[in-house]
Amino acid sequence: MKAAASNGGIMEYGGDKVQQVKGSDVVIEHVRKSFGDFKALDDVSVSIKKGEFFSLLGPSGCGKTTLLRIIAGFESPESGSVLLDGLDVLPLPPDGRHVNTVFQNYALFPHLSVFENVAFSMRLKRAPESAIKSRVEEYLQLVELQAHANKKPSQLSGGQKQRVAIARALINEPSVLLLDEPLSALDAKLRQHMLIELDAIHDKIGITFIYVTHDQQEALSVSDRIAVMNQGEVLQIGTPQEIYEAPATDFVAKFIGETNLYEADVLAVAGEMVDLRVEGLGTIKVTDIEPPPVGSRVSWTIRPEKIRIGFDEPRSARNGINAAQGLVDEPIYSGFQSKFYVKTPSGAVLKVIKQHADWSDEGPEIAWKDSVWLSFSAEDAYIVEVKR
Amino acid sequence: MRRGPGRLYAAPALFWLSVFFLAPLVIIVAYSFMTPGKRGGIEWKPTLDAYRAIANPTFLKVTLSTIVMAIGSTAITLLIAIPCGYYMARSKHQNLLLMLVMIPFWTNFLIRIYAWIAILGNEGFLNDILLATGLTTESIRFLYNRGAVMLVLVYTYLPYAILPLYSTIDKFDFALLEAARDLGATKLSAINRVLLPNIKGGILTAFLFTFIPIFGAYAVPLLVGGTESYMLGNLIADELTKSRDWPLASAISLVITLVTTVGVLLLLRANGAEVLGGSGGEERVIQEPAPVGGTR
Repeated sequence: MKAAASNGGIMEYGGDKVQQVKGSDVVIEHVRKSFGDFKALDDVSVSIKKGEFFSLLGPSGCGKTTLLRIIAGFESPESGSVLLDGLDVLPLPPDGRHVNTVFQNYALFPHLSVFENVAFSMRLKRAPESAIKSRVEEYLQLVELQAHANKKPSQLSGGQKQRVAIARALINEPSVLLLDEPLSALDAKLRQHMLIELDAIHDKIGITFIYVTHDQQEALSVSDRIAVMNQGEVLQIGTPQEIYEAPATDFVAKFIGETNLYEADVLAVAGEMVDLRVEGLGTIKVTDIEPPPVGSRVSWTIRPEKIRIGFDEPRSARNGINAAQGLVDEPIYSGFQSKFYVKTPSGAVLKVIKQHADWSDEGPEIAWKDSVWLSFSAEDAYIVEVKR
Repeated sequence: MRRGPGRLYAAPALFWLSVFFLAPLVIIVAYSFMTPGKRGGIEWKPTLDAYRAIANPTFLKVTLSTIVMAIGSTAITLLIAIPCGYYMARSKHQNLLLMLVMIPFWTNFLIRIYAWIAILGNEGFLNDILLATGLTTESIRFLYNRGAVMLVLVYTYLPYAILPLYSTIDKFDFALLEAARDLGATKLSAINRVLLPNIKGGILTAFLFTFIPIFGAYAVPLLVGGTESYMLGNLIADELTKSRDWPLASAISLVITLVTTVGVLLLLRANGAEVLGGSGGEERVIQEPAPVGGTR
């Protein structure tokens, strides 16, 4: 993996990738926390493995930051436990936990230089001056800030501040690094760049990272596993692929990426193949490993990029191809892809994403009010929730 | 610096300062070098008598005890004001607390001192309670000593210290304290290493707002102090009204002005060299730059 250094050069992190796994297991069991009437965390249990890049993903107010602050020691839960390598850390104050945090707005000490910010925790331990100097330089090098050691935080750019915050948190050699929306204050381009750097630093340091974000794209691109949270509950824990391809609830399906989510009645079941009656689409076929009984009300989903769009009627000879005709209601062009909202004659609207291939593959351009055919395989469509 | 009409706009302020600050100062300087008149006032005969009189041990003793009193009361005021300002800045009821700090200003200063006399006097409120509850058998003499002077001085100038501290601490990014705790600092070392350096400007302002008026205090030591708690302000009043030695009173006033001015300049230089140079520096003492990334 390559990460472009901000000061011009290209730096290869991947070459010295650490294979051994360091850090701590973090086990969160039945944690509850309320603020007044508001339930911030409602019986949350998460088990994070040593060295994992684990994301807590959810909309604002879902409890992800509260959970992070409980692990760091800034909040105490009403009940439950937080175990680091089997040791309950809840009785320990923040300064007694082998955990460090990268704060949302960096929280760099404005009265101290970059060097002193990074040296802060070593000075508290009264480490000898020579040790401080060499360690701080080592960590400034890790984040490529050697040249800025004597600057004050106010003289740094957002990305540089971010890196100081990372170096300052890592110099303590914590067994778990907590990151609280670390990229939210950066612009989109820089965010992408820092994300790659974070991933590279994780590969290099090898400790457990717990990453809080509301940005599903960020979480999908760097995490080993993700816990999707909403309203104080963990809805699903899984790899990015599992979360995206097999969302456990309607919320997860809608929150991660874009999707088409509809309710339908189960008409017939044959093995893993399920026939659904969908208002506005007629009968369609979806798959499910454990199909619900006939007559159930379910929600089902198909990702927009898995729907093919074209002017010709698809040959639905093969079993398990769903096809529908509709009018392009709204085409949205965004360079590498186009998104279409297609309305069927009976009023259902399907979101379709078409990747733009090379010119020879493109075919005629699809425009507003065009009559098009949509088709998707039953294997890409699946039941999310059984309502009744 | 802008030229042109800017100076014209500054004219009223310049006029005000020259008439009501510079002119009296010049008069006091001039008086201090003259001979005292028979019934007060001066005779225009230049002499250094007033400055010779200053060198006597009584005057030096009072100066020393004034310095001790001023430093002591200021230190106690700040020690109370910093936690107060911190609590106010973190409280949900900031406006209410601000109002509570301001309420004493609604009552005349002298009346508030007399209120303390009513509380602390031999037959005062406090002694009544102590006697009634049987904690003491005879009334305790709280008034007319250094302790009483210090107590009332601290009480009087506390709001002047709390307000600048509150306004500075209110701009402080409290996430910095969490960051310090996260990096291994105890509560106390987080305050010493992160909070105090970042509210230095507010502490300095609070110090100046309390130390300077306390150094020139007159009414408080007069009303609740005894002979031992005599301060320079009382000495000036005595010279002016009882001994009728206006040149000596002027010379003592100048000593106060000199001591505070030199002290303040040294303090400013030690704590923020940028304060003395550059335009708008004075404001920078009071308002520290907003903490980095602090979007509260």
